[in-house]
Amino acid sequence: MNAPFTGQPLIRAEDIAHLTGRARFVDDIRPEGCLHAVIARSPFAHARLLGVNTASVEGLPGVVGVITAADFAELPAEIPIRLAPLAGFETFLQRPMAADRVRFVGEAVAVIVATSRFAAEDAAERLEVAYEPLDPVVTYDAARAGASLLFPAAGTNIATRYTAGMGDADAAFARADLVIERHMTAHRHTALPLETRGLIAHQEADGILRCWGSTKVTQWNRRALAVMLGRPEHSMDLIEVDVGGGFGAKGEFYPEDFLIPFAALRFGAPVKWIEDRREHLLTTNHSREMEATVAMAFARDGTMLGVRARISADMGAYVRTNGGVVPAKAAQFVAGPYRIRDIALEVEALLTNKTPVGTLRGPGRYEAHFFRERLIDLAAGQLGLDPAEIRRRNLLRPTDMPWSIGKLVPYEPASSIDSSDVPAAFDAALDALGYDALRDEVRKPRPDGRLHGIGLACFVESSGAGPSETARVELREDGGLRLISGVSTQGQGHKTVLAQVAGDVFGGAVPMDAIELRNGTASLIEGGFGTYHSRAVVVGGSAIHLAGQTLRAKLLRAAAARLQLRAEDLTLREGGLWREGGTQPIASMAELHAWMREAGEAPDATETFRPEGRTYTCGAHAAHVAVDTETGQVEVLRYVATEDVGKAINPLLIHGQAIGAAVQGIGATFLDELVYDADGQLLTGSLADYLVATATCFPNIETITLENAPSTLNPLGAKGAGEGGVVACAAAIANAIADALKPLGVEINHLPLGPDRLLRLIPETPA
Amino acid sequence: MSPAETLTVALTVNGEAVTRDIPARLSLADFLREELRLTGTHLGCEHGVCGACTVLLDGEPVRGCLMLAVQARGRAVTTVEGLAATDGTLTPLQAAFQKHHALQCGFCTPGMLMTATALLAETPHPTADEVRDAISGNICRCTGYVQIVEAVLDAAGTAP
Repeated sequence: MNAPFTGQPLIRAEDIAHLTGRARFVDDIRPEGCLHAVIARSPFAHARLLGVNTASVEGLPGVVGVITAADFAELPAEIPIRLAPLAGFETFLQRPMAADRVRFVGEAVAVIVATSRFAAEDAAERLEVAYEPLDPVVTYDAARAGASLLFPAAGTNIATRYTAGMGDADAAFARADLVIERHMTAHRHTALPLETRGLIAHQEADGILRCWGSTKVTQWNRRALAVMLGRPEHSMDLIEVDVGGGFGAKGEFYPEDFLIPFAALRFGAPVKWIEDRREHLLTTNHSREMEATVAMAFARDGTMLGVRARISADMGAYVRTNGGVVPAKAAQFVAGPYRIRDIALEVEALLTNKTPVGTLRGPGRYEAHFFRERLIDLAAGQLGLDPAEIRRRNLLRPTDMPWSIGKLVPYEPASSIDSSDVPAAFDAALDALGYDALRDEVRKPRPDGRLHGIGLACFVESSGAGPSETARVELREDGGLRLISGVSTQGQGHKTVLAQVAGDVFGGAVPMDAIELRNGTASLIEGGFGTYHSRAVVVGGSAIHLAGQTLRAKLLRAAAARLQLRAEDLTLREGGLWREGGTQPIASMAELHAWMREAGEAPDATETFRPEGRTYTCGAHAAHVAVDTETGQVEVLRYVATEDVGKAINPLLIHGQAIGAAVQGIGATFLDELVYDADGQLLTGSLADYLVATATCFPNIETITLENAPSTLNPLGAKGAGEGGVVACAAAIANAIADALKPLGVEINHLPLGPDRLLRLIPETPA
Repeated sequence: MSPAETLTVALTVNGEAVTRDIPARLSLADFLREELRLTGTHLGCEHGVCGACTVLLDGEPVRGCLMLAVQARGRAVTTVEGLAATDGTLTPLQAAFQKHHALQCGFCTPGMLMTATALLAETPHPTADEVRDAISGNICRCTGYVQIVEAVLDAAGTAP
């Protein structure tokens, strides 16, 4: 294919290894002499840990040793907060292993290291641990009441509370013709990547402690590990391997990211730990569980005047690396892509005896958009407005850009939506669905008795977080390019997308298959902040673009000096170096490399890209559903999701991200749920109980990628493209079901929306 | 018999005869991964739900995690490593997966390929619903399945 590569739906370079079974995931690595770790975990949600009898397993076949919290009591091993530090959180950090109290089912109490996984598992079954159960805190109210405290010294289960706002919400509500207020909840679920977590740690002969398996924010994790182990960062490395999905949950610093390296050092051998699925459901970050009382004020013509929200998030037993992202972002995004200037927020983070919470694709947004979009539909009903019309009257317009969303997040500066054409993205969704015709169609009675409904939801989503990303571009001796980046990959296809970005800087002089990417591993390049918040292409790609430009200029200068020409008369395009207007290339890229070598110049360049602000995508989801009121079963007949990503570097991959995100979000709305009982026991600890979407569930998903509003904040014009597909799913599906059930007087204020929940809402029809 | 007791197992894997002394409790998936270093067969749940460990046993898709290696005695096992030709040429199904972007992280991909390979052997021209039904026992968390269905239909020469 020819340049420009950007904008082309190129197939992925990374696929062949996966298709032939030659990919290298962490469990595929088996160092010589590898020991295996199994972690003994608390069966109680809340208990005093009276003792771990290590003698009960020492000497069993294959057992090499046991580690308990006492073995590293002197180390400063609290897992630090990476994002969203809020006042008060510092009291509730997690140490890698429980010392005298366990606070959720699944908390680590010992690590058993043995010569085989079998031996370690066998020993774990025989480990004697003494507990004295305490009252578990499972509900929002119990957490607030504080009769039982997770951290008695703190005197409260409330990890933080804050207020934020902009404009004058009181005045806005005072002049409202209509106020809609509801108590609403979003349900606890989790990312569930198909590959569980896993780690291998080994201090090799060169004295470097190497860890394979943590791939999201490797440089930050290495820094954290350095502090916790009390050894210098440069004496360790976190190495990128293939990762079987992340979606926010994987690659954060977890207890095992300390325990496994600690075990490797302790026993002087490589140690491997592979999480099993039950452990995954018990210990990998949960997300989304929150309750909110949200009110919106409207004028008679449907104008949105203001919004108030009281949001309480169930954070689980500890504050982990993602701090307060989930509640803070739910609060920040509650106003959505509408012209709302008056906002008042109260946010509360509560501790309970459940698995700690972290980010999950579109953290806080999925919840916030559900809360707001439900209220908009309720208002439309009361004001006699069509749900599309009330939205259209209030959507942000291109002329509103940049639109200030104020300083609604305590740990962030004020922010603005950089560019957006929300009405166009909304219309694209309505047109694709055939909204106007379908509006009447859904009201007609059906032979099968099912009730049909349409649900609409508009969203705004941030991406491209700073602070910066640094990249190096090297010209290889064979004329190919080597890209070096600190962003990590969990399956997105960065090798292909970032090669497209780099390839265009060189005008196609380097073919796509001669561009390699090295990324993620902590020691590769200073200044890598990893992959989260849809930032890898936006920020990491921009850094590669800048470094490529610098290298290109350097190559042209060197060539000009050698040829005694002016650099401006030279260019790079297919074939290599050309004189402007020439009929054939002067030199190949390999020859350029040789010239650089002869001139004693390094054929590489390093640049740092610092975004001035975040990029914001916008879009809309539209769902058409049929509800069987006898069974509570909902069929999603059509689902359309649009997102304006600014600039689509690779439409094929963006399409994949959009559809995958939508199915994840729709699936979560119906299926995924982490259910706890009153004792704090997780009832959904296997994939037979924790349900996710399968191929037969939601086949009718359509996504539309728009490029109406390129970002003004980076040289690519790009915005994040991985999360918009998920953020409005609960909103659109809930609105569609509510629309279908409107004749029965049913309101939808709580997630999830599986058949059992719906049947409880649907009044029994007289026989 | 104790679970750790060693037994001899002889079977065919990707066309090659294999004989090993292995613990009775070793699963077929662990046998392939640990004994034969065929790590393309992945473990996503180890309780038979996710389908990542699907391999073919005499052409039939089975869960490698739910079956003991000794139960495969005398049988022919095909794994993802056995699909492409020895010169690296992809099967039409593998090629269609790449063309349609039917994989992202790639962790479910080997199991998907094995399940779909068995489907196409049995039903060379499936409908979209038949494809969805066949792969409904394989969980994918990245793609939303839409492109996987397109890829299988394309490989079968069935218009989507």
